[in-house]
Amino acid sequence: MTVFKPSHEEQNKSSSGTVLSRRQFVFGASAMLALTTIPFSKNALASAIGQSLTQLSGKVFDLSIDYKTVNFTGTPARATVINQLFPGPLLRWKEGETVTLRVKNNLDHDSSLHWHGMILPTEMDGVPGLSFAGIKPGETFEYKFPVKQSGTYWYHSHSGFQEQTGVYGAIVIDPKEADPVVFDREHVIMLSDWSDEAPETIYANLKKQSDYYNYSERTMSDLFSDIKKQGLVNTWRARSMWNQERMSDRDISDVTGATYTYLMNGNPPAQPWQALFKQGEKVRLRFINSSAMTIFDVRIPGLKMTVVASDGQNVQPVTIDEFRIGVAETYDVIVEPKMEDAYCIFVQSIDRSGYTVGNFTSDEMFTAKIPDMDPMPILGHGDMGMNMEGMDHSKMAMGSDSMSGMEGMDHSKMAMGSDAMSGMEGMEGMDHSKMAMGSDSMSGMEGMDHSKMAMGSGSMAGMEGMDHSKMAMGSGSMAGMEGMDHSKMAMGSGSMTGMEGMDLSQPSMVMPTLGLAGYGSDNEIKHLDSENGPQVDMQSGMPQSGLNDPGIGLRDHQANYNRKVLTYADLKGLHPTHDKRQPTREIQLHLTGNMNRYMWSINGINFADSAPLELAYNERVRITLVNDTMMIHPMHLHGVWSELETGDPDYIPRKHTVMVQPGSKISYLVTADALGQWAYHCHLLYHMPGMFRKVVIK
Amino acid sequence: MKNFNSLGFTLVMATASVMSSLSYAGAEDDPLLSYVAIDQLEKGLESDDPISFSFQAWVGYDMDKIWLKTSGEYQNSDDQDLEVQALYSHAVAPYWDMQMGVRRDIKPSPSRDWLVLGFQGLAPYFFDIDGAFFVGEKGQTSIRLSIEQEWLITQKLILTPEFEMNAYGKSDDELSMGAGLTDINAGLRLKYEITRKFAPYIGIDWSKKLGATADLARDNGDSINNSQFVIGVTAWF
Repeated sequence: MTVFKPSHEEQNKSSSGTVLSRRQFVFGASAMLALTTIPFSKNALASAIGQSLTQLSGKVFDLSIDYKTVNFTGTPARATVINQLFPGPLLRWKEGETVTLRVKNNLDHDSSLHWHGMILPTEMDGVPGLSFAGIKPGETFEYKFPVKQSGTYWYHSHSGFQEQTGVYGAIVIDPKEADPVVFDREHVIMLSDWSDEAPETIYANLKKQSDYYNYSERTMSDLFSDIKKQGLVNTWRARSMWNQERMSDRDISDVTGATYTYLMNGNPPAQPWQALFKQGEKVRLRFINSSAMTIFDVRIPGLKMTVVASDGQNVQPVTIDEFRIGVAETYDVIVEPKMEDAYCIFVQSIDRSGYTVGNFTSDEMFTAKIPDMDPMPILGHGDMGMNMEGMDHSKMAMGSDSMSGMEGMDHSKMAMGSDAMSGMEGMEGMDHSKMAMGSDSMSGMEGMDHSKMAMGSGSMAGMEGMDHSKMAMGSGSMAGMEGMDHSKMAMGSGSMTGMEGMDLSQPSMVMPTLGLAGYGSDNEIKHLDSENGPQVDMQSGMPQSGLNDPGIGLRDHQANYNRKVLTYADLKGLHPTHDKRQPTREIQLHLTGNMNRYMWSINGINFADSAPLELAYNERVRITLVNDTMMIHPMHLHGVWSELETGDPDYIPRKHTVMVQPGSKISYLVTADALGQWAYHCHLLYHMPGMFRKVVIK
Repeated sequence: MKNFNSLGFTLVMATASVMSSLSYAGAEDDPLLSYVAIDQLEKGLESDDPISFSFQAWVGYDMDKIWLKTSGEYQNSDDQDLEVQALYSHAVAPYWDMQMGVRRDIKPSPSRDWLVLGFQGLAPYFFDIDGAFFVGEKGQTSIRLSIEQEWLITQKLILTPEFEMNAYGKSDDELSMGAGLTDINAGLRLKYEITRKFAPYIGIDWSKKLGATADLARDNGDSINNSQFVIGVTAWF
């Protein structure tokens, strides 16, 4: 184990013979730029890695987990750290090698390290109770496994709430073959959230008062300004659903800047981390969100970012201005600063209760201006699984009678009770293109006058990108839609490929019960009996796909600020899909909870009471996650890839953590090629104890 | 019986301190937690206004809790109220707990014992509701309903209107309670949350005896209406 000091020779070696493949990588980069990147310049090498993360490289690592006093807020507090570093050391591995990690636990409690996103034998995965017994105080555990992948990953404790108090670090794995991503310099940017409060206290506070940390609730002045703008009646109507459901449209983050200090590579925003570049360089920024609870929105004002990898896996380059990074996700982006200047790496928490920054500069003397935070997101009805935002009942033939005619829709199970429906009259401009119409709902909507729905030809044209392969149109449902003119539907060719063999002129269509690989689920949303009870406060009646949705708070950024925001639909694998088989079955899992009681579960059943989810060895299966809550849940499946179905079956991107948007659904494919017991859970630390499943592959 | 009063206080506070010292282990989904809340501890602004309080505490898990509630009023040694409820609380719906147990009215004398069947939770439009049906000795019955809402003026300055009503199935002459609706109480308190767990407040509190109870009060020369400005604190831990 040595502290990494990259020598010129090493770097030259690793870059030799790679010229062709690098150039082949279609990047939108000019040949000029590609030329300047090869070979590496000596200067680029000198500061290839950011200042604050200490890098260890090699094959054998000795790590120890200890207590350490830190001070991020002006008050000393006790952290748990790896090798006395906060964050822990950046581990640099090489694909194809076998690494040995001897981890000594010097804490008073059991500890563990989990190598997040690594494909490895189950007993090396580091989850106490599933992979091994954990590391007892004073003991050392030796992890040893072959490194079969490359890219940006991280590692963290999987014991207690140690992840909150600092037991995490970055992993960068250099590829065995030439890296298809061209860059002159790289920086690892590890984002996290720190609280001086003990994590057990945070959890207890949330259980006792779920909005304990929310200082952005609606106030009476919001109410008065709404009344002034919209009038008393409209305000009452707009508020009534939230009031009846006892939900807050300002409930964005459970734990906020009220207790958190947001860190970049362990630096609070008061002392920004600094990263250097040289004008004209291609700089690879490896973002890792190692927060306990914080989803971040990342941008660098003045610089376009080209996303080249997500969760360590290369994706087809996509150039954006802003991206959201869920807890445990990683994104690699390339930036090319054209000027000698300082840029702000601006990372705001999703609820805008705080931010962290980095100073990305060509000169240590330059300091970038920190921009203002964007407005706080406010949840809409779509985020409750009801895309009724601005729904105009007067235009829909959906009076109380026709509502009762929507037999297929189970209103009692919808997030809105029948009372709430009456309260929705007068909502304007319902956008059906955003409605996720399950087969039940469509078949049940026979009584509706489609010509009066916001689904006329005009609005159909607005349904660009709507993926009909994802519409669960059973034969029955289409029979009910005879009046629709499909020729006017603007369906992209991409989505049409998923509908090959379908004859739209036929009133009755037969579709396979499972949607084709790469296109997501066609299945209807079925809520289980286990979802009923005190532990579940909401069910999404009509969850829309979370694929094309930039997400709460980002949806208007293109229109308002001309910022392109990454969506999951933008992610396509760089390499062809490894397993081209069709899924043989689909598992629909509902992410459930009761915000008020602060209870979290899957299908209404918490981990303690749940049976394991069993997968047959080597089966190809689709998992569809339906979010029956108003929170984003970054779901992490250990041991195997989560192959996110983003619309191209030939280039399905592989992820280890997938954000499921509030009231939405998303599907991914899994090849169960790793025998053993694996953890599957929400990576929000205080959701994880309940929203957790054991997955057994046998 | 005077000693009973201080004994009651001691018991409640002792239980509270024991419960708050209970700890819980690591990342358990559903750890044993305890909660002690001083919902109201206040004094009227006039010198002869009473000190009154309302505390609750629980220990337990997400679904099941042992719940203590106590409230009282101290004007002088001859004029005081003190009741204690010990309840088992079970979650029955997303926003509702069902509670059952016992209640003892320690003051005024003579004391009264009751069985309690109640519900507590959050109703649509964010009404905090605590309602209970009481069955006492000798077949006495009583119901109580408390409703409270929080209006955020700012994130920390919060106006809390509340309303409570009590009714008795039959009269209790010894305690000057008449059958039917006995009293209603309304309050409006403005608190400032210095932290989430501690907030001083000012407010107005108004109560009125009704029906047969009001008649009995009139006969005794007691007042029917009572209103006062109060100053107090609310806290939890």
